[in-house]
Amino acid sequence: MVSVGDNAVMTLTPAQEDTWLVIPLFDEAQVVEEVLREARAYFPHVVCVDDASRDDSAARARAAGAVVVRHPFNLGQGAALQTGMRFVLEATDAAYLVTFDADGQHQPVDAAAMVQRARDEDLAIVFGSRFLDDRTRPGWLKKLVLKVAVWLTNQQTGMRLTDAHNGLRVIRRDAATRLDLRQNRMAHATEIVLQLGRTRLPWAEHPVHVLYTDYSRTKGQSLMNSVNILVDSILK
Amino acid sequence: MLDQPVIKLVLLVSVVVVTAMLTRSTAGVRHQAVRRLLLVGFVVLAALAILFPRLMTQVAQLLGVGRGADLLLYGLTVVFLGYVAASYRRMRQLEQQVTTLARELALRAAVHDSTEHDPPGAHDS
Repeated sequence: MVSVGDNAVMTLTPAQEDTWLVIPLFDEAQVVEEVLREARAYFPHVVCVDDASRDDSAARARAAGAVVVRHPFNLGQGAALQTGMRFVLEATDAAYLVTFDADGQHQPVDAAAMVQRARDEDLAIVFGSRFLDDRTRPGWLKKLVLKVAVWLTNQQTGMRLTDAHNGLRVIRRDAATRLDLRQNRMAHATEIVLQLGRTRLPWAEHPVHVLYTDYSRTKGQSLMNSVNILVDSILK
Repeated sequence: MLDQPVIKLVLLVSVVVVTAMLTRSTAGVRHQAVRRLLLVGFVVLAALAILFPRLMTQVAQLLGVGRGADLLLYGLTVVFLGYVAASYRRMRQLEQQVTTLARELALRAAVHDSTEHDPPGAHDS
């Protein structure tokens, strides 16, 4: 079930025909249609990896014009991302893929700007960072945890990033082929930085606005889960 | 802190080895061989301890531990840690295999669906 921009909303930015959005989907029925409608105005091609949602997220995503790949049972967000990237590499000839969250905290306009930057500066990877400008306003505790996560990720990967665990990334096809995420749960955010860093392909960070709505706050990572992420990323 | 140095050293080294097992990947065949040798050693030691109960106490005193029963408890603690480490590794492997399997199924179904019901689009290539 793929439609190619047939009901894409008219915008000033031309639709990105050679770019696919990869959206891990788990129990987001409440918002997924709205998120997809906004995203498809910029990116007509979207693959949602439904990680065995217990609600009708998959049907709604399909109705909103996304290709849906369904995991037979819940595997975790890292596994869903890897599945989505495999789909893009094997079933399409996209030049770029964009990892994007289903809960509406990412702005499609940021994603479009990141793809444009990748094209202009010939970058293989563009990481979104919510700490490069002051549009994003996390609470102080969340900010502290994120800063510690950034520091740990930099220690583990040898990269110098200003944000970690930000789900908005642009990955060019050649970089995506070298990814093999084995962390099924949330520790994939560190793993993806590690593996992309090892490709030695050119990368940059781009300022993005992460919108914390009441909805995303209830869905977001609990602080206790950061303990799990930490342990997962140390143990192999 | 510094009393009974021998047993403390032995136990601490074993804990470090177990931790290393958790974080390092080891070659499959060698790993398996080591595990089997350890199992054989364990069986032999168990038999010896049954046949010569006093041996436990003697070894314990040699290591600076009072009673054989204490040595047994320490040993079990370390072996249990090792067991936890080994089964964690095994779990991770299985999880990886299950993930690969589920992913292949999901991708096949998705590609199948998109070619069957919807000619243009899914296969731009």
